[in-house]
Amino acid sequence: MLKITIGQYYHANSFIHRLDARMKLLCTIIFITVLFFVGNFLGYALAAVYLAIVIMASKVPPKYLFRGLRAILFIIVFTTFLNVFFTQGEDILFAIGPVQITLQGLLNAARMATRLVMLIVGSSILTLTTTPIQLTDAIEFSLKPFKKIGVPAHEIAMMMTIALRFIPTLIEEMDKIMKAQMARGADFDTGGLIKKAKSLVPLLVPLFISSFRRADDLALAMEARCYRGDVGRTRMKQMKLAMRDYKALAVMTIFVALIFALEYLARIWGIW
Amino acid sequence: MSIKISNLSHTYSKGTTFEKKALDDINITIERGEFIGLIGHTGSGKSTLIQHLNVLLRPDTGSIIIDGEDIHADKGRLKAIRSKVGLVFQYPEHQLFEMTVFKDVAFGPANMGIAEDETRQRVEDALAIVGIPPELHEKSPFELSGGQKRRVAIAGVLAMKPEILVLDEPTAGLDPRGRDEILGRIKEMHEKLKLTVILVSHSMEDIARLVDRIFVINHGKIALFGPPAEIFAQTQQLETIGLSSTQAAYVAKHLQEKGFKLPDGIYTVDGAVTEILKVVRG
Ligand SMILES: Nc1ncnc2c1ncn2[C@@H]1O[C@H](COP(=O)(O)OP(=O)(O)OP(=O)(O)O)[C@@H](O)[C@H]1O
Ligand SMILES: [Mg+2]
Repeated sequence: MLKITIGQYYHANSFIHRLDARMKLLCTIIFITVLFFVGNFLGYALAAVYLAIVIMASKVPPKYLFRGLRAILFIIVFTTFLNVFFTQGEDILFAIGPVQITLQGLLNAARMATRLVMLIVGSSILTLTTTPIQLTDAIEFSLKPFKKIGVPAHEIAMMMTIALRFIPTLIEEMDKIMKAQMARGADFDTGGLIKKAKSLVPLLVPLFISSFRRADDLALAMEARCYRGDVGRTRMKQMKLAMRDYKALAVMTIFVALIFALEYLARIWGIW
Repeated sequence: MSIKISNLSHTYSKGTTFEKKALDDINITIERGEFIGLIGHTGSGKSTLIQHLNVLLRPDTGSIIIDGEDIHADKGRLKAIRSKVGLVFQYPEHQLFEMTVFKDVAFGPANMGIAEDETRQRVEDALAIVGIPPELHEKSPFELSGGQKRRVAIAGVLAMKPEILVLDEPTAGLDPRGRDEILGRIKEMHEKLKLTVILVSHSMEDIARLVDRIFVINHGKIALFGPPAEIFAQTQQLETIGLSSTQAAYVAKHLQEKGFKLPDGIYTVDGAVTEILKVVRG
């Protein structure tokens, strides 16, 4: 409970971990975008191989990666169901009353499910190998161009950093308060909806109070250290692109090129 | 009639990189009506151990038998066990939530399903024990001072009339007077009501003054146990595990080294005064 980090950063020393967060963010976005262009199974196979190589290079046990899938299992099942039963198509495999199962439906379902799984696994690699702080730095960096049109990039990043920093603290605090109330006979598990909602009061009131106190303390501590926002602020850890980042980008580019080549060939050859 | 902890082990975050063995094969027997002190340095597992006593944590292995009942056996008995074993958490004032002091203290008894008149009586008694005057009963707990909040929170557990009272550093951050007052009341209840008390504290002085028996916990294991006179005589062992003996014990030891004929086993100020006077007056 104590050391929960959002996105579950998995500490290891790997090539992927050492990559610049900005490069990882860029590559992840490219990967996810590319996934939506892939329509044939060769392309998916290539993407799967690519993903597998990245996973191996990241030294994150696959168990952690696939844990994230549990949360969206319902969505996967649901979209698969919709696709299987409600896709119109010519090649009807069999029909039960008005419901038809078509070849197109099955193919669509398979595509969608693969896409979703890869999307989640792909973005999990980013969060598993990048500390939340590095990630927000990367996000701040990529939001910078939008500053001109009034996007408060620094403030957004600072808010995210603080939120991320305090999520484990709040969870710990909640755990403590919950236990303290349970020791006084509070019951968070049983009863109907209204009773359950009511039972949250002894948990939420102290939690809110302590959050406000923490926010106050933090604001004071930041001011005491002369925090004035973005202007003239330097970083302790400068982000610098290294050779490996360019290598990663090169690999990514080759991957994208291959995907599009395959897609083109698939169109010509008429592969699904 | 007793608390019997056997082979208790507990590991936090099992199966992750943050795995932490907090308790390792703990064996303790506590008799009814004893006043027990539990000491150990920060992170040694004290809070983890006492949270097992009212089933807030479940052991990985081992068991806790209270009055012949395995407390982790039956989920249906949770409430009964939690009203029997009252647990005052570290910084309990953070759990206050009600509109008034009175209602907050009544939260426990109300959860136990106790009738309103009886609850009223219990709340008033509990608040009187911790020294909260009646004019504060209808105030918001958030308007009180830190020390008063602490007292209200302790009253919240006392109002459940536990037979076994477990306190996790109840006086951390209180002024000396408030500390003596609260501990004095607890000692009184222990004597009058034959209450079993388990006190976790970092203050060797408090422990020395109050308890019948001490358990010293170190890295999740019981390192030493015995009556205070025995424990506080083992200055060396206490220091190697990051604790210390009482001031009085050190003074007595230094005097002994300087040639005063003091008996062994001095560990309280009162004891030291008596013995030193005996020597000085011949
Ligand atoms: N919820 C938790 N999740 C993971 N590890 C924990 C959790 N609570 C405690 N620990 C770890 O277990 C060990 C024992 O903690 P515990 O709170 O029992 O110590 P303690 O003796 O009460 O210390 P203190 O005197 O500081 O209160 C510590 O190393 C702590 O980091
Ligand atoms: Mg503790």
